[in-house]
Amino acid sequence: MQAGQLSKYLKGGAIWGFIVFELIFFSVAGEFLSVSDKAFMDADNMLLLFKQSAPIGIIAMGMTIVMINGNIDLSVGAIYAIAAIVLLDSMTWPAFEGLGDMVIPVAWALALLSGVVLGAINGLIVWKTGVDAFIVTLGAMLGYRGLVFMYNGEQPTSHLNWTLVDFAEAQFLGLHTATWFLLAVTLAIWFLMTRTVHGRNAYAIGNNREAAVNAGIRVGPHMMINFMIIGFLAALSAIVFYSESGSVNPNDGELYELWVITAVVLGGTKLTGGAGSIISTFGGVVAIQLLRKGLAHLGADTSTVNLVIGLILIAVLFLDRQLNVKGKEELKV
Amino acid sequence: MSDPTPVLRLEGIVKTFPGVRALDGVSLTILPGEVHALMGENGAGKSTLMKVLGGIHQPDEGQIIVSEEPVVMSGPLDAKAKGIVFIHQELSLADELSVAENIYLGELPRKRFGLVDWAELEAKTNAILEKLKVGFNAKTRVGDLSIANQQMVEIARALTVDAKAVIFDEPTASLTDAEKIVLFEVIADLQAQGVGIAYISHRMEEIFKITDRISVLRDGQYQGTVNTADTNEEGVTQMMIGRKLDLSRNESHHELGNVALEVRDLSCGKLFQNVSFEVRRGEVVGFYGLVGAGRTEIAETLFGLRNPTGGTILLDGEVVSINSPYDAIEKGISLVPEDRKGQGLVLGMNCRDNMTLPQVDDLKAGPFVADGAEIAIFDLYRDKLDIRTPGWKQQVGNLSGGNQQKIVIGKWLSMHPNVLIVDEPTRGIDVGSKAEIHNLLRELAAQGYAVIVISSEMPEVLHVSDRIVAMYSGRITRTFTSEEVTEDNLIQAISGIGGDKVA
Repeated sequence: MQAGQLSKYLKGGAIWGFIVFELIFFSVAGEFLSVSDKAFMDADNMLLLFKQSAPIGIIAMGMTIVMINGNIDLSVGAIYAIAAIVLLDSMTWPAFEGLGDMVIPVAWALALLSGVVLGAINGLIVWKTGVDAFIVTLGAMLGYRGLVFMYNGEQPTSHLNWTLVDFAEAQFLGLHTATWFLLAVTLAIWFLMTRTVHGRNAYAIGNNREAAVNAGIRVGPHMMINFMIIGFLAALSAIVFYSESGSVNPNDGELYELWVITAVVLGGTKLTGGAGSIISTFGGVVAIQLLRKGLAHLGADTSTVNLVIGLILIAVLFLDRQLNVKGKEELKV
Repeated sequence: MSDPTPVLRLEGIVKTFPGVRALDGVSLTILPGEVHALMGENGAGKSTLMKVLGGIHQPDEGQIIVSEEPVVMSGPLDAKAKGIVFIHQELSLADELSVAENIYLGELPRKRFGLVDWAELEAKTNAILEKLKVGFNAKTRVGDLSIANQQMVEIARALTVDAKAVIFDEPTASLTDAEKIVLFEVIADLQAQGVGIAYISHRMEEIFKITDRISVLRDGQYQGTVNTADTNEEGVTQMMIGRKLDLSRNESHHELGNVALEVRDLSCGKLFQNVSFEVRRGEVVGFYGLVGAGRTEIAETLFGLRNPTGGTILLDGEVVSINSPYDAIEKGISLVPEDRKGQGLVLGMNCRDNMTLPQVDDLKAGPFVADGAEIAIFDLYRDKLDIRTPGWKQQVGNLSGGNQQKIVIGKWLSMHPNVLIVDEPTRGIDVGSKAEIHNLLRELAAQGYAVIVISSEMPEVLHVSDRIVAMYSGRITRTFTSEEVTEDNLIQAISGIGGDKVA
């Protein structure tokens, strides 16, 4: 039993070990290779890292529950772009003229609502048709992206509201607004998955759908709720990012789904569903951002960063498999 | 004494599927405090009846009556709410979740805002586990439990509600003898509380030990109900299959050839240690022991699915190393695995393709698969093994258990093995087909194959084996010839003479 516990512990803590390794590696390597004179483990640099991981991180929390549930959502990048457009464009609508800064909560609400509705559409199709979530959201990814282009052609949609920018750039207790959102979402989703009946049922459905059905759990509504949550979070992520930047390109958010899934898988969530942890996903998000920042710190360009992240993802999953094999007596299949 | 009100009554249930009349006017009455066995061959309609009762299928005709009130079952949870609880033979558990969450799956106790009431959940679960006398608690992860303990979790589910009737579907399939005793105590407990029990099993000795009445189905038709005390195994078998069953022991011996397989001090980690035995051509060697004694693991090691940590394997006197099933097949070892549907067959493929699966590489005409050669092989073994199927195009998933098993055996015979290992050859197979499989195994030995039979059923081991190897917790405790073996000394050998607890 002792050996089993060790490997369990290793598995649970692997992502944190990896983060520590990254920190040490980039600090040491940075001394010799860095193009800047600043240390890697600089406080400002680390705070910035959290802020930068927020857009991916917020969506990753939603992706974790969808994946634990045994589904996947590839349309988050497109939902992210649509929510961003709704957010920025609605502030210029004549209907809201004269609201002053009160337009901000209205625009936020509209953006979040569009995210929830788009997620609900995904969820409803998966529920009612029984088509695999991979296919449904693959279609949604293309379709929603089409909506983005229909809205404003190839043109970016821009609107800067300085109150909003001030809010987004604010720091409270040293942490940026975006970081606070990421932490709040992580905590809320963690609570949802560990403490509520919905969360536990989501685990059960992903782990053994037949057993869940036999136990009278209504699988469809649970899946739909989770798709609505990830839609909401994709929109929230857009709010956090575009409140500050104020301009959205129709291509924004592309490949976000893959970054998000990478972070979730790195955090140890099973692709087949049933197992995974919100806290570890948080670790996965931080690990990826560290890697990006660290490699940039060493002067590597984006293409190198992508190559390295890809290799590390495969290496991590390979290691995970090795840790899961109990020893020589294990059945070979 | 006036007749008590039946807790559950089925009246004239008819259920047809396209082309099949699966249930044809079945009636069944379960009284409070009785254990009512439901028996029938595979395909007789027991599972369909249970599905109708559980609301998974709606009956075309007839009524379900719970406590004298006609009801319509809309699903398993509805049935549970009405006091009808099912314990399935096949495990229906989420192995990443805790024991408590599994037992209360779908009905976790809530506090406000949809929060799980963990304290109550744990207390309730531990109270149930106490009754079952199991060695794990509410927080254990189900995936860490043995199969037998997982079965106990499944059983624990029945105890969460005030059940009127509990339906056990082959509950002992993976339980050890000690756990069976606990299960029977639980059943007796439920009985004493006035719960009606329906008990589906193929195991006669259990049926006669614990049930009060027996109802028999054959081909979807109700054959009648008898008091257990008024009948015997033979009578019930006759009701089930319409003929007598051969229950005698193996006394014939074939002429033995040379040693086909010898194993010396084979070990594999904690699974089994220092196992030595030999099998001659023309001989059937039975491996008997409790679940978890290491029998299946030995078979898997011989078939290259596990790497041994020590010892040697000799085939025809030559030391060999077997690293993969490919190696094993090449060297003439075949394994008919324990889980027929999961490991032995590709259920969605047809009979012929399943049978020629391991050699389809060699059956080529140019770059294409040689259709004719495949059909020829299938026809040959269909006739040899008497496989009853409408044709080779039939999907294997649609065949009965006995015929499925024959397809698996045929698959390996067509590879011309020297050693045939058969793991639980008749699990989930009805009485009539069982006897056929047993005869088949004897015949194969007569034809010069070396046969290893692994089984958890004592009558089976006694019936087919020339020699019996008894195992206890990863070690061979004793080897018997079929003359010296008795039920008593065999049970002693497999339960560890020292009286240690069974793992």
